[in-house]
Amino acid sequence: MKADIVIIGGGVTGTAVARKLTEYELDIILVEKEADLASGTSKANSGIVHAGYNADPETMKGQLNIQANPLFDKLCSDLNVPFQRTGSLVVGFNQQDLETIKQKKENGDKIGIPGLEIIGRRRLQKIEPHINDRARWALYAPSAGIVSPHELTIALGENAAQNGLQVMLENKVEDIETEKGALKAVVTNRERIECDVVINAAGVYADSIARMAGDEMVIRPRKGEYFIFDREYGDLINHVLFPTPTETSKGILVTATAHGNLLVGPNAYPAGKEDLATTSGGLVEIMKGAVKLIPDLPRGGVISSFAGLRAAAPSEDFIISPSPSVWGFIHAAGIQSPGLTAAPATAERVEQLVKGYYPSERLVKKDDFQETLPEKPHLYDYDEGDLEDWNEYIDRREDYGEVVCRCEHVTRGEIIDALHSPVPAQTLDAIKRRARAGMGRCQGGFCGPRVVEIIAEELGISPREVTKKGPGSEILQEKTKDLRLKKKTADKENRDNQRQEGKYKDPAQDAAKNAEQDAEQATEQAAEQDTEPKTEKQLQQVKIESGGADGE
Amino acid sequence: MVSEFKDKYQLVIIGAGPAGLGAALAAEERGVKDILLLERDYFLGGILPQCIHNGFGLDYFGEELTGPEYAHRFIDRIPESTVQVMDETMVLDITPDKEITALNRHQGVQKIEAKAVLLAMGCRERTREAIKIPGDRTAGVLTAGTAQRYINIEGYLPGRKVIVLGSGDIGLIMARRMTLEGAEVDSVLEIMPYSSGLVRNKVQCLDDFDIPLKLNHTLTRIEGDKRVERVVVSRVNDDLEPVPGSEQTVECDTVLLAVGLIPENELTKQMGIELDPVTGGAVVNEQRETEINGVFACGNVLQVHDLVDYVTEESEIAARAVSEYLSRRRKKRRKKIKLTAGEQITYVVPHRIDYVYQDKDKKTLKLFLRSSVPVEEAELKVVDGRGQELISSRKKIVTPGEMETIILPLQFLDEDTEELTVSVTKASQGAD
Repeated sequence: MKADIVIIGGGVTGTAVARKLTEYELDIILVEKEADLASGTSKANSGIVHAGYNADPETMKGQLNIQANPLFDKLCSDLNVPFQRTGSLVVGFNQQDLETIKQKKENGDKIGIPGLEIIGRRRLQKIEPHINDRARWALYAPSAGIVSPHELTIALGENAAQNGLQVMLENKVEDIETEKGALKAVVTNRERIECDVVINAAGVYADSIARMAGDEMVIRPRKGEYFIFDREYGDLINHVLFPTPTETSKGILVTATAHGNLLVGPNAYPAGKEDLATTSGGLVEIMKGAVKLIPDLPRGGVISSFAGLRAAAPSEDFIISPSPSVWGFIHAAGIQSPGLTAAPATAERVEQLVKGYYPSERLVKKDDFQETLPEKPHLYDYDEGDLEDWNEYIDRREDYGEVVCRCEHVTRGEIIDALHSPVPAQTLDAIKRRARAGMGRCQGGFCGPRVVEIIAEELGISPREVTKKGPGSEILQEKTKDLRLKKKTADKENRDNQRQEGKYKDPAQDAAKNAEQDAEQATEQAAEQDTEPKTEKQLQQVKIESGGADGE
Repeated sequence: MVSEFKDKYQLVIIGAGPAGLGAALAAEERGVKDILLLERDYFLGGILPQCIHNGFGLDYFGEELTGPEYAHRFIDRIPESTVQVMDETMVLDITPDKEITALNRHQGVQKIEAKAVLLAMGCRERTREAIKIPGDRTAGVLTAGTAQRYINIEGYLPGRKVIVLGSGDIGLIMARRMTLEGAEVDSVLEIMPYSSGLVRNKVQCLDDFDIPLKLNHTLTRIEGDKRVERVVVSRVNDDLEPVPGSEQTVECDTVLLAVGLIPENELTKQMGIELDPVTGGAVVNEQRETEINGVFACGNVLQVHDLVDYVTEESEIAARAVSEYLSRRRKKRRKKIKLTAGEQITYVVPHRIDYVYQDKDKKTLKLFLRSSVPVEEAELKVVDGRGQELISSRKKIVTPGEMETIILPLQFLDEDTEELTVSVTKASQGAD
């Protein structure tokens, strides 16, 4: 197949670039190796829109942070992504901290960060009543905010898709074909895509992609672990709270998420590219760090923990540049913090680089570019006061009246919307990211089975093909009995059922017919029936099996 | 059916599990006329329909039933009763004035006023996060109850090689259930030095199937790429901390978590009702009435019970109380009595006694409690504020896994009693 531009990577950088470039009359394909957008760093980070006082204007990441922060209000309102400018506080406990805070303010004032203030203990305690008593100063930055990072990423991708982007999930790039220093094609495990321009936004794998094009690049992932608390505790704090960083440690932050949960973390350790495991030591470390800021953190209120990787380059700066070896190849790599904040500005930077590869008459802006993503209704956005307004949606479709996820109040209608959105959810995790089903305190214990059923029904697949996050992560292993055979069930499943029924009636016969998959089990059963049971255990089993399922 | 629903009821019950069903029918028997039962699922009976094993009803019905059979003893009576049922309905909010906001496909968002509200929302399972098992976030980690639903309701097996964490009843039952469906259960891990499940379940579910129970062991890591591939199991010391060097790797594709139940009190909290941090349920008086007059709670939303039979018993206590409340037949005590969990007791329900009883058929009060440690040759005791022992009883053994009861004759409570403390100690030798 052919395209003008191929973007590698469906994280916030890739999707922000995609949205920007779909403003032009260009054929664009985004390839992502996972089963959904926002499956890497973009789903597991602090979700903070940084004010920018940390930024060194000499660095790319500093410049883009400063440039991007003011863009968030319009961007998030256009895309219906939860975003709040809560402001942030860098909290200081001693004289040394105060010095650091002063330096940060000076730096921030110099580069034009609005409204920075150093506040004292009294005001700090007033605006953050749960803050540690020993906290004495804080740098207040009103322009900092919080955003839902995976929702932003998906919304960027979906808005781009609305404007013509083709998203190809589960496509892992295996080769970059070049000819005499010019780009020819991107080859994935499924497709070969000929194109003029490639954007390498592959996160922790950006170095592997760079090497395919003949460029040297090193990405050393750093892992950070987090805890999420029940929404019940989101009100405990009002701002993003950072400790004052020291030479050795950036410290653990405490923030609300855009959906009102409380988030604490991260630590930072070198890690492998697939290492998303949380560790017992790490979890103790972040809890300890967080308690320094908020001592009465409800330790029992944790509903989830996770780890994310930051794709850091040795220069500790973003690498947004054309490839030195291949014409048409652009890197958007080394995107560590503040990559989420910077994304809209990163996209503009990449846009400039893309312009270098096309004659200006070739880059025509679409006159029908849609800047906004149609709003999707969410029941959790309504509270006691305006709940009755929700009836408007139920009148349109009754599915909005059936609550499936009881913790987050997600209706069947919202789940079906996610399955048919511009970049359709295909997995349980994808539904969770789009509709929040399973995101709450029971972590999908109750709604999981129902969501599996809805996915299977809507996509016309067997429940056994439904995955958590793509092939290999199937939720169900095999059918037990034919309890809920449905009209819709595929032929394949019918055959399986018949086979299984046959097996239960006549194990010996079945063993012959159905050798490969059930050989082991069938032989065992046949053996038990042929010979006298020897052990007490076998006796028990025979007794129970002959009693049938009801008599378990 | 649809048009029959009203916007005002004498009694609205939230949840049609065993607690809600039992209370609805018992309240009707006691003359409560106008009852609405709200249920969020599309079937009645709560968790019982998926509990297809037997062992239910021995206490209450005097015969052994399966979960669905137990539930149907109640469900089958609903059509002949005046109780109205609105299923597939989610309660989104309840105000302290007992105005309920509920949502379903047919009526949409609706407001319902109630004279009395009975909270019977049941409980949910604790998750991996509640006990913070580190490692990869893969498919194949699920709570035992979710696995039970997949197998018994949906008809799918969620794993082939399984390790179970937690030896409470749900963990034990599911270890057997998975085995019967052809999965291989490596072992059941229990962090405590004793199983928290019923003894009969330990024998019938593990011993009979040669499934090892590893006491003083826990899961310290889950590993795998897309799906669970292996877990690390560690022995724990007396402080329940993993012992370094005791790690063992177990290959498996599924982790079943049976690590406790949490009463589902989100609505209760929204109403501003005080909860007992130990039970996770509302603080109630002997009528199972919360701080808010006319708002009652019973079943697992109040305290996690071992047996559904006890839930039914509690639902009848609450139903009786509702009828007394609605007919204004209650008389307050001059002084409230506060009940305290004393030595080796984790909690006592009720938390206080508010009313005076003159009926002939109400001569005793049953106290429900749990011990904090196993005690052999135990003596359960109730002492009043002046240190005077009101009643004591002996038991061969009490364990935290089994709820105990003490029957307190009401005649022992005089007007001035303000405090009762319940304790369990090892009985002194030969004092029988």
